[in-house]
Amino acid sequence: MSQSVSNGLRIQARLERSGFALDVDTAIPLEGVTALFGRSGCGKTTLLRIIAGLEHPPGAEVHFGNTVWQSGRAFVPLHRRRVGLVFQESTLLPHLSVRSNLLYGYKRTPEPLRRLHLAEVADLLGITELLERRADQLSGGQRQRVALGRALLISPDLLLLDEPLNALDTQTKREIMPFLARLSDKTGIPTLLVTHAPDEVERLAHRVAFMHDGQIERLEPLRDALARADSPLFRDEGAVSVLQGTLGEVDAHGLQTFGPPEARYRVPSTPGVSNGAGRPARLRIDARDVSIALSPPQDVSILNIVPVTIEALDEAPGHHGPARVLATCRQDDGQTLMAELTRLSTERLDLQPGTRAHALVKSVAFLD
Amino acid sequence: MFELSPTDWMAIEVTLKLAIYTTLMLLVIATPIAWWLANGRAPGGLRTAVQALVALPLVLPPTVLGFYLLVLLGPAGPVGSTLESWGLNHLAFTFQGILIASVIYSLPFAVQPLQQAFANLGRRPTEIAGSLGAGRLDRFFTVILPMSRGGFIVAATLAFAHTLGEFGVILMLGGAIPGETQVLSILIYDHAEAMDFASAHRLSLGLLIFAFVVLFVVYAINRRFDTVRL
Repeated sequence: MSQSVSNGLRIQARLERSGFALDVDTAIPLEGVTALFGRSGCGKTTLLRIIAGLEHPPGAEVHFGNTVWQSGRAFVPLHRRRVGLVFQESTLLPHLSVRSNLLYGYKRTPEPLRRLHLAEVADLLGITELLERRADQLSGGQRQRVALGRALLISPDLLLLDEPLNALDTQTKREIMPFLARLSDKTGIPTLLVTHAPDEVERLAHRVAFMHDGQIERLEPLRDALARADSPLFRDEGAVSVLQGTLGEVDAHGLQTFGPPEARYRVPSTPGVSNGAGRPARLRIDARDVSIALSPPQDVSILNIVPVTIEALDEAPGHHGPARVLATCRQDDGQTLMAELTRLSTERLDLQPGTRAHALVKSVAFLD
Repeated sequence: MFELSPTDWMAIEVTLKLAIYTTLMLLVIATPIAWWLANGRAPGGLRTAVQALVALPLVLPPTVLGFYLLVLLGPAGPVGSTLESWGLNHLAFTFQGILIASVIYSLPFAVQPLQQAFANLGRRPTEIAGSLGAGRLDRFFTVILPMSRGGFIVAATLAFAHTLGEFGVILMLGGAIPGETQVLSILIYDHAEAMDFASAHRLSLGLLIFAFVVLFVVYAINRRFDTVRL
């Protein structure tokens, strides 16, 4: 968020179709990954297509930094925008090999603009062994990685990903996520990710634009989006917390510390994953796996007991009715931890905003 | 028994020349029309009107088409008289005249397979190619053409074969000038009229076998690229 708004991607567009109206006036920072989150039919894809130049609604304004992409009669066509596109279904050119697919855009990119090259991109995406195959001999996950590589090889100024994981099964999705997560860090290409899956946002995005009924309701850093009980990210699958921290040493029990001393977790180290001490990592914690105790319990199997201050108590998202409460807790390192409790428990413990308590975290998962 | 007269050879030459020129012209003309029909953003009404216009030669008696072209291209017609006022010849009873007629007459046979192929292709591949820096022509030759080659082969073969079978339009507009407008179908008619059944038979059988082979090839290709349906 360090770049000023005038350097961002500014879009101002109105579009009316039968039963659908898009009305957007926003500026997206050109840094990291911005998720465009909303239900299907809310206009995410249409907005993405306007940014790409695949739709040109009259009167729309699209500015990329100081470059005009669309304004009045001025219109830069797609093939001059230098935008990498990846869609949800396979878009590899079936009559070309994987290598020719990858090089299709590279060859059309003027030499001085080429920042990424075949070998490094193939390596980054783990597709070096596939280069000589035909495009129609690949699995779904391989195809999406090649599609990503092809988009990267034009050394784009902006990467637009339209639900790139949507058509993949859970297993394949899990395989590709790490590649996607590395992408923006390694290449520094600002990315816009259209998705309706909260886990993709939590895992990949630095900030989220929430779209509803053709409008962007809010654009905020992921951290803020995960810190409010009414976040649309929690609507379907319940509340989660994403903690950022640094990994410590692995002890004799195979456990690895995470986070500063005042909010320390011990988590099973995952073999195979590069889990060197000092590496920054993120933990995902389901609010339903967090309980609250007023004093630190002694005889309990739960390892991770973290002191917190209750900040707010709201009705839990989802369809539980008033029986469940979402407690927004502040860890002593300032990060937010969500806990989902029954209303009965909050009343028994007399939890109030400001109450000091201990969070008992039953299970955690590494995001990266 | 298969000896052909010089007139027969001349008719074969005119017929092949007409079919080849017609096919080449149709590929150039039908491609943008088919693309526009399959993917254009024009309002539905206009699209339907163009679709109907293109299909018109399928249902009209060829004589109707030939009649209007004769009126249009002949010395008294708007096109013919304009050409004459520029010191050129009008187009009735000329090879150029029957070429124009053939192109119009076979238009649906070229447009429809292409339209079907483009509709199956969808917009996505060209959008992707565009995002990868390919301009319009580049996209056509590197994406649309190779991905719809089945459609192009079928369109070209049908346009070619259909031109071979033309009769009514040419009779109306071209007459039967040997070496200029006398095509095989007309010559067969003339042979039969003159009771020269042996000559008529020779040419008819040749045309029949040729047409069968052409259609056989089309359907074989059609099965291989089962994206194109007729």
